[in-house]
Amino acid sequence: MSTPELVWLSPPPADWNATLRDVGPLADPAAWNALVALANFRLDSLATTRLDRRHQALFGDEPPTGLATRPVRLAVLASSTIDHLLPALRVAALRRDIWLHVHTGEYGQYGRELSDATSDLHDYEPDTVLFALDAHHLLAGCDAGAEDVDARFAQVTDMLVSNWRQARRAFNGTIVQQTVLPVFPRLLGNNEHRLAGGRAGLVERLNATLRTLADAEGVDLLAIDSRAAQDGIGAWFDQMLWHRAKQEVHPAAASMYGDLLGRIVAARQGRSFKCLVLDLDNTIWGGVIGDDGIEGIKLGQGSAIGEAYVAFQSYARSLARRGIILAVCSKNDEVNALEPFEKHPDMVLRRNDIACFVANWIDKASNLRTIAERLNIGLDSLVFVDDNPFERDLVRRELPMVGVPELPEDPGLFAQTISDAGYFEAVALTGEDMERSARYQANLARETLKNDTTDVEGYLRGLNMELRWSPFDRVGSQRIVQLVNKTNQFNLTTRRTDEAAVLALIGDPQALTLQLRLLDQFGDNGVIAIVIGRFDEGTGDLRLHTWLMSCRVLGRQVEAATLNVIAGHARVLGAVRLIGEYVQSAKNGMVREHYARLGFDLLERSAAGHTSWALALPDFQPRPSFIRTVGV
Amino acid sequence: MDQAAILSGLTDLFREIFDDDALVLTPETEAADVPGWDSMNHITIVVETEQRFGVKFQTSEIEELKNVGEFVRVIERKLG
Repeated sequence: MSTPELVWLSPPPADWNATLRDVGPLADPAAWNALVALANFRLDSLATTRLDRRHQALFGDEPPTGLATRPVRLAVLASSTIDHLLPALRVAALRRDIWLHVHTGEYGQYGRELSDATSDLHDYEPDTVLFALDAHHLLAGCDAGAEDVDARFAQVTDMLVSNWRQARRAFNGTIVQQTVLPVFPRLLGNNEHRLAGGRAGLVERLNATLRTLADAEGVDLLAIDSRAAQDGIGAWFDQMLWHRAKQEVHPAAASMYGDLLGRIVAARQGRSFKCLVLDLDNTIWGGVIGDDGIEGIKLGQGSAIGEAYVAFQSYARSLARRGIILAVCSKNDEVNALEPFEKHPDMVLRRNDIACFVANWIDKASNLRTIAERLNIGLDSLVFVDDNPFERDLVRRELPMVGVPELPEDPGLFAQTISDAGYFEAVALTGEDMERSARYQANLARETLKNDTTDVEGYLRGLNMELRWSPFDRVGSQRIVQLVNKTNQFNLTTRRTDEAAVLALIGDPQALTLQLRLLDQFGDNGVIAIVIGRFDEGTGDLRLHTWLMSCRVLGRQVEAATLNVIAGHARVLGAVRLIGEYVQSAKNGMVREHYARLGFDLLERSAAGHTSWALALPDFQPRPSFIRTVGV
Repeated sequence: MDQAAILSGLTDLFREIFDDDALVLTPETEAADVPGWDSMNHITIVVETEQRFGVKFQTSEIEELKNVGEFVRVIERKLG
């Protein structure tokens, strides 16, 4: 068993408590938005309670003005202790920008309160009613060998249906029935269902029956039995807590319980997410298509990792078939990004499964705006899935309304994580849902992208980036060879090498060699760039034979910081000019203007598209960048 | 983990539960000394203590947990 955690949300930052303390004192929209942001972290039950306290102090009686969502008045009708679940219910709604107020009746008095038009429940006028009835209560009087088991069972189901109908007549809102936790020990074993009246078997029967009855009555189920099957019943039910406090749901499961209800509440307001936006490299296949090529990416039978990506693609396609729109947002040349969709035999997703396909080198927040615009849906309808924590964090910061799940390292767990997050909760399926994807695809043509106003600079400034450089050394030689030989896109000359050649450069006084490592607040990105140059004392030129970089760190000012390091070294060697070369290949179009962007002057241009560039060192001013450079 | 470390860990936990950073616990501290330490919060304390210290109390032990010193003693026994 394991405590059910909201794994798709990122862990709260160190200043979470301090930020919470500073919310208020006015119950204004700014305070509300701050609380919504605080709710969107992986909170444990204590943090949830603290957040709820602040929420109650500011917005206990009424919602902030101008809320885009419908306020919810929830009545919880229970047969045992549920007070410990209420903070999580309110916080789960808050997480979705929904104000939720809770009314609870007396335990076990729900039958009377429903039928008595003068009861507090009727005064309260709920728009949502949750029946949270525990297993002991529902199956009281049932036991092994009891007579008339079927009649007793029918009484239970009749009572449930009667509750629902009364609630519907009185309040005409959303009715939710909690499913039954399997809390009873077995008497027979595997074939428990053969024992008439045994409560363990009856729970299973009741849960099956509930699904049919609820559908017929238009009631939504809060399927805690399904979730408990995933986490283990021990994570949801503790005998000690039951005996001592009549808590059927374990306090450690409260956050999940709340979130499950929050999804239903949001879905009933049409606030579920509608579109799954996928990154490509290392998200739906292993490796980098632009560098590894169609033969090199990991996808398909033959390796466990390749099969894991196939399984994730299958999950995405199944979502599409039930009405979720699929889009792609990738940093890639479009022609490279499309190639697997068109040619790879193991791709499950095909080009026509993707309603909006965006592959370019613009920042992802801008591209997500474009996707929402082209699909004509709100940004708050998008879920963005990317293996790269840098991209996830940028999008969370720039577009807090986009759903951005934390992803585990293992692609085999991607689908489960998306599923666990409940982004696409649906309470009803219509034929229209099933056709939605197809309709979006038919309407769409590719358009030119325009840039937008993402504050990438502000984001980069806060990333605390450090570029650690060192000359080639023996320890690094293997990684250097690997990076030089596999990098195709950000590679100025595409000159390949081998270990002997790399080792020969170590200690060569005329050679400039750099291996560069990028660190940021997410950790160490490893060696991400390589530079090799040679100094000619006769001319005073330092010629850059090789300059390459992993596309993973593109758009982070690494190029400028690297140039600053190169220039410093070149001056020490006595160089007066840097000479850069660009040798055109099939894949390195993205760096055609690399030297121009860094302020080099064009020296010459050959017919084959090769260019060479010069930069005078005596007047060189370090290029602006938010990256600290450190020699190690 | 010695008794002082357990008491310090419990103090952190109680401060979070009761939202009071000035709360000071001694082995003699009991429910009557802490505003809000009622039977409902007692369960919260028990459950959060289990999570924080990675222990599991038996039903009989929970009856023993009348003051902070008892918490410390039972936790120490379980971790020892």
